[in-house]
Amino acid sequence: MNGTLTALAALFAQLSLLAFGGGNAVLPEMQRQVVDVHHWMTAQDFAALYALAQAAPGPNMLVSTLIGWQVAGVAGALIATFGLTMPSCLLTMAVSSAWYRFRDAPWRRAVQAGLLPVTAGLITAGAVLLCQTTSTGWRPALLTAVATGLFLSNRIHPLLVLAAAAVLGVSGALGAG
Amino acid sequence: MPQSPAAPPTPVSVPSLGALFWGFLSVGLCGFGGVLPWARRMVVEQRRWMTPGEFTDLLALCQFLPGPNVINVSVALGLRFRGVAGSVACFVGLMAAPMTVVIILGILFAHYRDVPAVRDGFAGLAAGASALVLATALKIAAPLWGRWEGIAMAIVTLLAISVLRWPMLPVLLVLAPAAILIAWLVQHRRPTGR
Repeated sequence: MNGTLTALAALFAQLSLLAFGGGNAVLPEMQRQVVDVHHWMTAQDFAALYALAQAAPGPNMLVSTLIGWQVAGVAGALIATFGLTMPSCLLTMAVSSAWYRFRDAPWRRAVQAGLLPVTAGLITAGAVLLCQTTSTGWRPALLTAVATGLFLSNRIHPLLVLAAAAVLGVSGALGAG
Repeated sequence: MPQSPAAPPTPVSVPSLGALFWGFLSVGLCGFGGVLPWARRMVVEQRRWMTPGEFTDLLALCQFLPGPNVINVSVALGLRFRGVAGSVACFVGLMAAPMTVVIILGILFAHYRDVPAVRDGFAGLAAGASALVLATALKIAAPLWGRWEGIAMAIVTLLAISVLRWPMLPVLLVLAPAAILIAWLVQHRRPTGR
């Protein structure tokens, strides 16, 4: 069990420092490590836990809490959560007071502009991986496509869209899978 | 105390530790599917701890640094107002309730996941969650439209991570500096800053 907790801590600490552009940027790596490298759960379980973290209140990087809990109970949940947040929080605290001086530095703009496409590629990779897992047939795939459009339109509260997706699932409209 | 350009403007009223905690507690409880808008509303509009410009500035820093954005924002804000104690108050306020709720949901999920209705509901929910990430990706990628160097870099990243399934750290170590260099060169090639 100790080895697992250490592995959880090491994984999420690394993800914390890699998560440029937010937590979603490390979603593909999180999935790769949890499912393919450590074999802690299936890709379907990972997608389900991610979905659960979306439906719950709070930051959606609480998927780390769920993964940690699934792998190693409450200890795992706490270690995964602090692993994902502490390194980046400490870095933020260390930098933020000096930040004001560098606000308009040209190199800062170059870094931000440079990282944007990388972040976009990473988050798209995460989306691709999740869609591959959840699109078990043409009906879930269609649901994903329609839901994407709804999220982009910003007309309906995201939680309502997620709730509707869950209801559609329960109603059996998505087919046998 | 004289204002120096190297320091952020002094807030009109500095929130107490308790105010920081309760403020972020309310944000944590509300933030379904996206906490940042709630955080902004609480800080800028409801409690007026910061002006919109100051919040945007802080957010820019937190997006620049690694880590979940809203969590970094809470910590940086707490630090600015009440030092390390402030950071702790904000962090705990933000995370305590959601962590508890999420673990309870996890327990329920583990117990009921084999119930057909639950399983089917999760199939739908997961399809919806995939859509959420896809929509996020498209929103973030939108500014890249028309900039071939950005689009190319995004595609290379996408291929490396989701097709070739290479580990992220080496990919990032190669692509991030390359991307920054390219952005810097492009910046200097377009002096009008288009």
